[in-house]
Amino acid sequence: MHEVRLHGRGGQGAVLASAILAAALVEEGRHVMAIPAFGFERRGAPVVAFLRLSDREIRRVTNIYAPDIVVVIDPTVVRAVDVFAGMPAGGTLVLATSKAVADLELPNHLNRVAVCDAIRIAMDIFKRQITNTIMLGAFAKATGLVSVESLEKALEQAHFRDAGLKQNIEAVRRGFAETTVVTLGKEAAA
Amino acid sequence: MSDVKTGKVIVCDGNEAAAWGACLSRPDMVAVYPITPQSSLVEYLAEFIADGRMSADLMDVEGEHSVLSVLHGACLAGARTYSATSAQGLAYMFEPYFRTPGLRLPMVVSLVTRDAVSPTCVWGGQQDAMTVKEVGWIHMYCETQQEILDTIPIAYKVAEHPDVMLPVNVNHDGNYLSYGVARVELPDQQVVDSFLGEKNVNWHACLDPERPMAVDPLTGGSGGVGPATFVRYRKGHCAGMQAALSVIEEAHADWGRRTGRYWSPLIEEYRMDDAEVALVTIGSMTGAAKDAVDEARLDGRKVGIVKIKTFRPFPVQRVAKALSKVRAIGVVDRAVNFGWNSGPVYQEVLAALYHLPVRVPAMSFIGGLAGADITVEHFAGVVDRTLRLAAGEAANGPVWLNEND
Repeated sequence: MHEVRLHGRGGQGAVLASAILAAALVEEGRHVMAIPAFGFERRGAPVVAFLRLSDREIRRVTNIYAPDIVVVIDPTVVRAVDVFAGMPAGGTLVLATSKAVADLELPNHLNRVAVCDAIRIAMDIFKRQITNTIMLGAFAKATGLVSVESLEKALEQAHFRDAGLKQNIEAVRRGFAETTVVTLGKEAAA
Repeated sequence: MSDVKTGKVIVCDGNEAAAWGACLSRPDMVAVYPITPQSSLVEYLAEFIADGRMSADLMDVEGEHSVLSVLHGACLAGARTYSATSAQGLAYMFEPYFRTPGLRLPMVVSLVTRDAVSPTCVWGGQQDAMTVKEVGWIHMYCETQQEILDTIPIAYKVAEHPDVMLPVNVNHDGNYLSYGVARVELPDQQVVDSFLGEKNVNWHACLDPERPMAVDPLTGGSGGVGPATFVRYRKGHCAGMQAALSVIEEAHADWGRRTGRYWSPLIEEYRMDDAEVALVTIGSMTGAAKDAVDEARLDGRKVGIVKIKTFRPFPVQRVAKALSKVRAIGVVDRAVNFGWNSGPVYQEVLAALYHLPVRVPAMSFIGGLAGADITVEHFAGVVDRTLRLAAGEAANGPVWLNEND
């Protein structure tokens, strides 16, 4: 079982992203349980969503406290919340940032770090800083737990308020293509 | 089974699952007023109706009191009806809510359970549903998104059974189930249609110019036919509740034969065969309890679970029998019984245990109030404490699971 925690800000679609990811994982025959952490969500405030995935039935309907994968879809939220809280050693971080991995301040227990300049891609595609589906592409590249094809199928079922299906498919594809994954301090992919 | 039809797989939250359960049951009229954490359920119903997926009339009214009052009229006119509410919405609905079972109106209303104010909160807990447990509605609590969807057609089958004719609340936990997303299988429409059959909801009391009758006559008092008439209504209501116990079992079995999904209708016994101590759970907390019990079993500790699905009518004999062989019981509630300084399910379990020839020690645990989480670790603590109770340590409590969270 993998436990994923998504960090974003209200209005960026972190919760919707977790639901799309859940649908894509089910498309591949996995079991999922995705729960948004709740509060008085409002645009701009830090938001968290949880997702468990497993090849077996998932019974616990609880929040996630020790995620082995953390996805940060907003570059500034790391200044507002501790995105590494509870993360065990050997985890994976998928981060929206314009910085290179070498320029990041990271805890030394991570096994893998993936970075994607999602804001730049979002401004290209949406003309707005909406990074959620771009970071799903980054998640696919960083973890190998889901395919771009399954994410595209899940997008077809989703309801988008702000942008169309075509743009979001492009977002997933570019997120996948433009993510750099670094494993154990060594560049794995460009 | 070869005659089981498997439907389309969707990935959705509990509110959408409830909306699908309602949609597939083909209600004629839906009236809903949005309230957190039920609001998206209303939005899904409105979307299904706007898309033509559902042919129900959607009544936009000004509040929950009118929601249920409108549905009373619809039901008396022969309509299958559906609604959903939570907490303060249920409180505002209470006046017609009290009338509904006395009128023997077989409607289905989802309670997306939420804690009650004050203190102010908008998150999950079962205080709302537990507060209305004595009004004479049937109450069923769901553990998963799939069970929510499946239980709504089952609830119509139970409600509309001529031996029952009572309203049913199908309850799912606010937040964790209402917004929690999982894989759900949609039954085919024809499977649900043939399961439910023809509806006949107003054969006993109706609003129909062709069949004029006085509905809900004035009865009671201390003279004339009043006392006996009132008792007849109350006894009939109690008889309908008791009849529901077997109807609920039959309806779940019938649903299982048609879909392949056999939900435990009254209680679920998990690893109880050789259990020395038992936890009692209700609703979505049960999944974490099962994980905790499996871990305890790996350490050789013989723990089982009795999950309450049907809370009203309370399956007294089934609960007593299931717990008859254990040496201690830990009951976990997601609500407070202020009168007994315990959880409400704990009090019910104690009353059922009176039917046993032996006295089994039991303790009340309360967790998950106002959106708080009940984790596998919390349940591991409940297992430890219940084992110590079995070993002779005195009972105390209630234990507030989130006291230090």
